[in-house]
Amino acid sequence: MRFKILSVIAVAGFLAACAAPGGGAGSVGGDYAPGSQEDLAVNVGDRVHFDFDKYNLLPEARYTLQQQAAWLAANEGVSITVEGHADERGTREYNLALGERRAQATADYLMVLGVSKGRVQTVSYGKERPEDPGSNEAAWAKNRRAVSVVK
Amino acid sequence: MTIRYHNILSLLVLALVLAIAMPGISHAELKIDITRGVVEPVPVAVTDFFGEGRGEKDFGQKIAGVVAADLERSGLFNPIDKKAFIQTGESLNLLPRFGDWRLIKTQALVQGRVEMTVDGRLKVEFRLWDVYAEQQMVGLAYFSVPSNWRRVAHIIADAIYQRVTGEDGYFDTRIVYIAETGPRTRRVKRLAIMDQDGENHRFLTDGTILVLTPRFSPTLQEITYLSYYNDIPRVYIFNIDSGRQERLGDFPNMNFAPRFSPDGKGVIMSMAKDGNSDIYIMDLATRKVTQITTHSAIDTGPSYSPDSKKIVFESDRSGVQQIYITDANGGKAKRISFGPKRARYATPVWSPRGDWIAFTRIFSGGTAIGVMRTDGSGERILAQSTARGDWVEGPTWAPNGRVLMYFRQEPADKQGRGGRTRLFTIDITGQNEREVVSPVDASDPAWSPLNP
Repeated sequence: MRFKILSVIAVAGFLAACAAPGGGAGSVGGDYAPGSQEDLAVNVGDRVHFDFDKYNLLPEARYTLQQQAAWLAANEGVSITVEGHADERGTREYNLALGERRAQATADYLMVLGVSKGRVQTVSYGKERPEDPGSNEAAWAKNRRAVSVVK
Repeated sequence: MTIRYHNILSLLVLALVLAIAMPGISHAELKIDITRGVVEPVPVAVTDFFGEGRGEKDFGQKIAGVVAADLERSGLFNPIDKKAFIQTGESLNLLPRFGDWRLIKTQALVQGRVEMTVDGRLKVEFRLWDVYAEQQMVGLAYFSVPSNWRRVAHIIADAIYQRVTGEDGYFDTRIVYIAETGPRTRRVKRLAIMDQDGENHRFLTDGTILVLTPRFSPTLQEITYLSYYNDIPRVYIFNIDSGRQERLGDFPNMNFAPRFSPDGKGVIMSMAKDGNSDIYIMDLATRKVTQITTHSAIDTGPSYSPDSKKIVFESDRSGVQQIYITDANGGKAKRISFGPKRARYATPVWSPRGDWIAFTRIFSGGTAIGVMRTDGSGERILAQSTARGDWVEGPTWAPNGRVLMYFRQEPADKQGRGGRTRLFTIDITGQNEREVVSPVDASDPAWSPLNP
């Protein structure tokens, strides 16, 4: 519960600070259909990243999710699945649980930001679907992620 | 003359009673103490089993080959090159010339005979001789359909292992595992099964659906595993004979890390609820689900003690993954892993003998497979990742509790090349690490009980 309260405070801080232009929420760039995965990925950012063996949302992750929440508000018909992933440096079962935690932390924050529960599902892939196939720090950092996938 | 025989599937076994009275030579009996760390392998001569006809002779050679390979892989026996044999052929069936075998330093001699019966079955007899004591140690005969000749060979190897070590064998067993192909970002994973020596391999699923962590039933020809059917990760049961797959219950959230209870009547597993994983047990008959752990930490990797009274599992409730034991009906969990600072302990598996818990340890960038006593004492690392940055994980016990299998994954380069994943076995003494050769990359092995 403490986590959610902190999240709300963070949102308030963001709203105060982000009256500045360039928020981009709901804006359409490029040739991507509004509400599509490409629109989300290119114009908003469809993923957030985590520290090793952690599932707390980092400041930049919060920023991205605030953009996602605004984008979801602008695209009312869209539902998403948040896919939680881990890097390869963990045992298989634990990484499934860790990916689930990351997906849930991401989904929880979107809901705190006003996205209705019915529009957000979660799934964990553990260490099974790395984005970067390498075994190095840069690859692992990319692979510790939660990706919002348009359904 | 007492003849003992019982049916094993289509095998008929009967004890061979020695017809020749042996002179009473006093000599220490051939015996291997496998609880000792380093054991000098016993020199064994496995002679081609005698056959009259060409077909029988061929079976005799093949069976002897499988028996010798099983014994060799155990690390406890050292099969002598056939070329050194002085006595060969039918004369062995009358009586071994022990002097000839002592001359080439043989301690144990295996000889046998293959016969096709009139009703088309294979009759295979074998005898194990203690060369120095000049005594028969075991003699058995088996009847089987000819296509089952490999099983007959494994059963003979088990009988020899059992007679010499005093422990049950593990050669007449199978391995279910995850066969891996394709690039690391889109890895294709299939359920696959093979004999413990890598033979009789077959794929059980076609790879269109991601599958993970298979475990054998202790009582039935069934496997429980995690499947991403429709991209929804849930626990399933696969029937090996029929190929039928069934989702276990209708859980609203991800359930994973399944393992059968020792009586085969339940499946213990993790289930995530609001992102948090706890441990649950499902009764397979009633489908009733009971929650075992309730904690805001990740609780996963549950495994029963063989007497079903306790459950060992991993939890990060202290900060990082550690191993805990709780009563099978829940209650307070007691941490048993207390290793080096910052070491993580994962994937605990209770030995079928009840004496050890095997685990994966993650420590200072590498991993290791080890065992500890059920109170956490006596920790011993058996196999480790190497300086090349590979990774070992996921121990599974041979049914006799003396050998562990696990997988080893090599690191990939920046382009994702490499990353090979292979299976290995190692004795709980830390000796005799061997690769189990599989046709494609392999992970998540699970050892079967002795074949029924």
